[in-house]
This record gives sequence, structure tokens and C-alpha cells, in this order.
Amino acid sequence: MNPFSSSSSASSGNSNDDTEGGEDAGGVDGSGDGSTRDADRRAIQTGSEHASEPETLEPATISVENLSLSFGDLSVLENVSLTVDPGEFVGFVGPNGAGKTTLLRAISGALEPDSGTVTIDDTDVHDVSSKASSRLVSVVPQDTALSFSFPIRDVVEMGRHPHRSRFSSPTREDSQAVEHALERTRTADLADRPIDEVSGGQRQRVVLARAIAQGTPAMLLDEPTGSLDINHQLETLELVRELVDDGRTVCAAIHDLDLAARYCDRLVMLADGGVYRSGPPAEVLTGEALADVFDASATVTENPITGTETVTALPDRIRSGQIPRDDDSDTQVRVHVLGTGSIAARALTRLDATGAGLEVSVGPVTSGDVAAQTARSLAVDRLEIPPFESLSPADLVTFENRVEEADAVVIAESVFESSGPGTRQLLESADATADSIVIVADDSSRADTAGSRDRTRGTEATPETLLEAVSNAVENGPDSSAPVSDRASSGAGSGSGSGSTSSDRDSSSGLSAESSGD
Amino acid sequence: MEHAVRTVSWSAGLVVVLVAVVVASAALGAVRIDPLIVGMAILNSVAVPSGFTLGSSTIPAIGVGIPFPSVEYTSVFSFDVPDSHQTIVTDIRLPRIALAATVGFSLAAAGTVMQGFFRNPLADPSIIGVSSGAAAGAVAAIAFPALIPFGGLHLAAFVGALGTAFLVYAIATEGGRTPVATLLLAGVAIQAFLGALISYMLVYSGDDLRQAVIWMMGHLSNSNWNDVAFALPVTVVGVAILLTYTREMNVLLLGEEDAHHLGVNVERTKLLLLALASIVTAAGVAVAGVIGFVGLVVPHIMRLLVGPDHRILLPTSALAGASFLIATDTIARLGTLSLPFGVAVDTPVVPVGIITAALGAPFFLFLLTRREVHSV
Repeated sequence: MNPFSSSSSASSGNSNDDTEGGEDAGGVDGSGDGSTRDADRRAIQTGSEHASEPETLEPATISVENLSLSFGDLSVLENVSLTVDPGEFVGFVGPNGAGKTTLLRAISGALEPDSGTVTIDDTDVHDVSSKASSRLVSVVPQDTALSFSFPIRDVVEMGRHPHRSRFSSPTREDSQAVEHALERTRTADLADRPIDEVSGGQRQRVVLARAIAQGTPAMLLDEPTGSLDINHQLETLELVRELVDDGRTVCAAIHDLDLAARYCDRLVMLADGGVYRSGPPAEVLTGEALADVFDASATVTENPITGTETVTALPDRIRSGQIPRDDDSDTQVRVHVLGTGSIAARALTRLDATGAGLEVSVGPVTSGDVAAQTARSLAVDRLEIPPFESLSPADLVTFENRVEEADAVVIAESVFESSGPGTRQLLESADATADSIVIVADDSSRADTAGSRDRTRGTEATPETLLEAVSNAVENGPDSSAPVSDRASSGAGSGSGSGSTSSDRDSSSGLSAESSGD
Repeated sequence: MEHAVRTVSWSAGLVVVLVAVVVASAALGAVRIDPLIVGMAILNSVAVPSGFTLGSSTIPAIGVGIPFPSVEYTSVFSFDVPDSHQTIVTDIRLPRIALAATVGFSLAAAGTVMQGFFRNPLADPSIIGVSSGAAAGAVAAIAFPALIPFGGLHLAAFVGALGTAFLVYAIATEGGRTPVATLLLAGVAIQAFLGALISYMLVYSGDDLRQAVIWMMGHLSNSNWNDVAFALPVTVVGVAILLTYTREMNVLLLGEEDAHHLGVNVERTKLLLLALASIVTAAGVAVAGVIGFVGLVVPHIMRLLVGPDHRILLPTSALAGASFLIATDTIARLGTLSLPFGVAVDTPVVPVGIITAALGAPFFLFLLTRREVHSV
């Protein structure tokens, strides 16, 4: 069964999936952190008519209080406190060595903490026997030593171990739980094959099936998608999401921030053995937090298809660009970016990420455009206009002010492809007031406009060479070639000629992105 | 439930093999006896308790008298078997066969447990030094009888074996945890030390050197029913308890942390498995000396046949081990009789340990080249 096969019943958008027993899965209700987010997620979810749970599960509350743990002299967790509400899917994110796995192992009871407690539904997992704790919480480990030829059904059956007494043979409940787990993970047709003869993705599903068969109200997963290809990553997390919606509390260490943001109700960002921040993905995944915790310059934008946060990390060397100070004053070098779409977004990222402290502004950009989102995530001053609306005179004045204040204006190549009157107006305004102009283009688009390049003012650059070009332009001051607005007309020959304004164009591109998500 | 059906059918088949091997072994020897007569003689010796006599009779099995209520037996069968044949079968051949079966059963069962426990295909029953300890005790008893004031060879070997296992466990345990790797290395170190001790004792053993060396090679000659009475109960009880832990052994194959998550009390289970496997091994080694290769090869052969599931593997390995050791000991017995290559006549026995290694190793190599030996 293809996990991506669409199912009409799955996209109901109802934030409360009923469990099969018709009972309200208590707690699932309160976990949604926004109805649009839930609706989006369910719209891409797999078929919901999965096999019925043999027993109705009441999700558990996981409570970690003042947990400290060290390996010898090395302190790994320091005073960690967190609560996971019933029916919540919490993702642990953080850099390598932040203590994600250690925290999971402490919650599961495998590691004894130096101090602090872990309770699952008011039971201290470190106080009770492993049999008692394994009825409360199941674990999907990162690596399982499954290198021997047990049939898959037997491996899943090991999940029933905590429920069986030494001398009893398996009950009907046991075999039902095993069959259910096999069906849920779509491993039923593999049940008689040896575990060491199936693929990595199938193995991961078998280990998940074992945890399902364990029938616990809480489940912990350590990097469930770590070694899987992209298809199996989604498949696995879709399944985990379903399990949460059926009434389980789940904590998972997830390396991939995009996937964590997409599937988790809440993220707990760990850094240096403590909780750095906790909350809905949008609040946790910010450029500032990523810089602090991962020591990476990254932007967070909304994925146009999933509607969830997407993190784009940038290499360090971009940050070490050299931009000269404006000699005439002590103020920072100001750069204004004109353009929309991915080129403008990349230009913004490059300019803002420098350590030299450029002051960057952008506009006009349509709300929802990737450049607008990037600007928002970088906290860059932006002139934003609503979709489908043309530029108002007030906006134009704001634009002119920005350009005048700027030491350099960066224009995205794509602007020249639009020949509408609005675009022309902007370019003429830029010609009139800008000190120096840098035109930024993809390598691929340069060839198309090569004929017109020499005739107009402005330095050409790609996003990679942008910093250098801006730096040169600022040093050399104003030039006096032909105005850049000439380029618009020469480029229009190959353009659409529809006479749409730049904002029209932007919104239509926004629409096409949305429609591709359907 | 499928595994239960497989366990029963495999075990039943191996019991049939075992019976056939017993009859064949009892029929062979200096005096060849018709297998039919052998069968009747064996059945004649089967007796059932018919009553108790309250008394203070003792069974001098271990040298120490154990108060035991005396049981009266009555024979169930009374086939017409010549007296000489009946005596040869029940008093000479059957004790040796029974002891071979017991020792093979115990070593193969302990080897299966150790291989699973250590998740190491090279593990055998003596991996934590049980055999070295038994050999040290036995050689001490042989070379310096005065130092072992009471009891005998068997008790000295048994105590030496268990003492060594306990010592290795104690060395490897720290803070309530016993890492398997530490256990393995501690076992290697203790075995090396005991090897030195044994060599030292052999140097000073004088005329007893030959007896000590033959003991260390492992032999089943001069067996009697007292040996069986010592080893059999320990082995049967030990393996019976181990059989109730086969699910834990399976789960432990996933790794200790996974086993913990699946509700296994890991450290307690490890201690129990190690203790039982060591006791069972010690019982076998104490009466028969260091018989190598049975505990290593038989579990591997059975794993090839029935798979890694301990619920099937443990009982079938034990049964196959019994048949294997009876068969190899029969060859040792016949080899002693025919004395090939004109070896001096005063060679009393061919130790069975030589046969198990000489036959077992090539067969194991054959399996290695033919089929991939399943990883543990």
C-alpha cells in the first residue's frame, strides 16, 4: 500500500480523530496547536481506515523533573524538567551531543539518573521493575541487533514479553496484538520472512511493530528516520503520527528539523544537556535559536507545500564576507534589495548573514512570497504588499526613501522579465536615486540576457559573488552607464507581455506553488 | 504456537535418534550383542519404585554419605536374556552410555546458553573458566591427594569449576552491572592463570602425571552408576530451569538495553543464566573431565537445522549433544579395543575428548564451507 495514496476520508480536517471504539481519545483534543496546522497535516496523511486497536489506549503523561545524569565525570543532562501531555507528539531536537538520546534512555528507565525523577502516569519508572516499566513505555531504538534469522512474527511477538507470565502460552490477546501490529505497519505479508533478509525500511517498521504490540500508553523513538531514505522517513513518521492520534504519548529524537516541525505537536530543543526552548515548532525553530544552539546561520521559512517550518542552513564561510564601512559616515552600509522569488531570497540571506553588519531592506515584496518570508525570518526591514494589489503611491514613496538611503541597490534579474508599468516605475525610480546598482542573477539566466548586459549600468553578480560585487559597488560610487530601466524593455521581448504588474506576477507564482501541493 | 509444534516434533525425532544410538552403542564392543537382546536387556533393567523403606541407607555417590530414604524397585519387564549379556549391558556398557548421554546433554545445553548469552559464536561452556577450574581441582586431587582431605576427584573438580565461575563473575561485576565483554576478558585471564597453576602441579605430579593428563583430555572409562547419580540430577534440574528462560534468552539476543525495554530484568537474568550454565557444565566436567568441542559444535549444528529460537534450540541441542557424545564415546571405546598402529598394549583408554575434537572439527569446517553458519 502506497503511503501517499490519497484518501478522501483522511482530509476531513477534523482535529480530533476518533479512535475505532468510538471513544474520545482524551487529551488528543488539547494537543493541536492550531487548527490550520492540523488540517494541513491531515490533508497529506495516509488512509485513516487502519486496523482497529485491540485495546483502547489511554495516553500517558510523561513528567521529567530536575533530571541530572552523567557518565563518569561527563555531565550529559543537567536539571532537565519537562512535561509531555497525554496524546502529544513531542520532538527532541538539538545538535549532536546535546543529550537527546540520553534523555530518551533516562525516560525509558534504561539509564539511572544521578538525581531527579521520571514519572509516566504517576509511576516512577526507575522505582519499578523493568517488567512494570515496559508495560508503560515502549522504545524504538536507533540500532537494534537484529542480525539473526528470527521470523518477523517472532520479533514482533517479543513485544508481548512484558504481558506474559513465565509458564503461560500466548493468549488470544497476545496474538491479536501481534497481528494488529503487523497490519498497522504493513509487515503482515513479511511475517514469515527472517528479519535479516528484509530491507532497512522494513526492519524499521518491524521494530515499530514490536513497540506497537507492546501496547504501551507512551512510546519513545530514537532517530526513527535516521538511516532511512526520504520515502521511508515520511512513511515512518506518518505511522507514528497515526499512533499518536490513536491515543499514545510519543517522544522522538529527530535529527531532521523540517520533519520534526512537520510532524510534531511540540518541539523541545536541547542544548548542552538542558532544555533551551520548548513550544510549537514555529516558536522553537527561529533563526536566532538555530544560531545559538547549532551555531549555524540558518533561515526558517514556511514550506509552501506542507505549510510547516523549513530550515535552511548556510555554510559558515558566507558569514565571513568583508564589507567596507561607508567612509563618509559612521553609519552602517545600507543595501536595498528589489525583487522577489528565490533569487531575492538568496540575495537577502547572503547580505544579512555577513558579520560586517550590513543594514538590509527589501521591497516591495508580496506577502507569502519566499523573499518576504526570508525577510521575516531574518528580521529584515521589508516593504510588504498584499497579493493581487498594485503598488500604492505611499508604498512607492517608501520605496524611493529606502533606495535613497541605501549605499547600493541590489536588483534581482527576474525583475527585468516583467514589463508592467509598476515594474518600470520602480526601475526608473531606482535609476534616479540609487548610488550604485548590483544586478543579481542565477548563472542559468545570465545567458538569456547577455545581449543587453553591456549597455546598462550596474554590476552583474550571482548570489555567491554578491557580497564582493556590493563591496566593489559601494567603493566605486555612482556610475553613469545607461539606466537599468532600459533592460526591462529589452528583456520584455522574451517575457510574457501580458502587462501584469510585478505584484500580479508574484501572486500568480504563489498560486502555482500552492496548486502543486494539491 | 507454531514453535511449540516444531519443538515437540524436533525433540521427538531426536529422542528416537538417541534411543537408536543407545541401543547401537550397547550392542557394540568386545562382545557383540544382538540389538534385539540389547533392547530386552535395557528394558529388563527398567524398574519402577514400588515402595519406600524408611531407613538410614545412604548412597555413597560423592564420597559423602547422603541420608536417603531407600526405595524398593520392581522390574517391569522380564525378557529372557542370557545372564552374561544382561551383566555386560546393565553393569558395564549402560553406565558409560548413560554418563556420556548426561555429559553430552549438559555440555550442549550450556554451550547453547553461553553462545546466546555472549552473542558470540566462539563461546563454549567453559568460556568463563569453568573447565579450567574443574581441571585445577581435579589435578590437585590427583597430584596431591593429601591436600584434598575428604571427598574425591569429582567433588574437587566440581568445587573448582563453580569457584572459578563465581570468581570471574565477581571480578567482572561492578556497581550491580556485569558487562559481557568484561566477563569474557576476566574469563580469559583466569583461564590463563589456572593454566599456569595446572602446569605447575603437573610438573610435580610424578607418577600421577598420566592419570591427570587423561582426565584433562576427557574420558568416560571406568564409569559407574554413582557418577550418573551425581551428574544426572544436577543436569536435569539445571536444564529444566533453563528451559523456562528461553524467551528471555531470545529477547537478550536483541541486546541488553532492548531486553530491558521489553521487560527483562537484565542483570538478574544474566546472573541466573550464567550460574545455571556453569553448574550444569561443572556437573558434566567433574565426572568426565574436559571434553571439548561438544558444547561448541553441537549448538551450531542445531542452529543450522532449527534456527536461532532458543525455545527450540535449547532442548534440541541438549538431546543432540547426548547422542553425539554417546556416538563419539563408542568410537573411543572401540578404538581402545582395536589399538591401531600397534600402540603399546598398556594404553588403557582413548580419551573421548580426542574423538570429539578429531571428528567435530572437520565436520564443523565442512558446515562452514557448505552453509553460512548462522550468526548468533
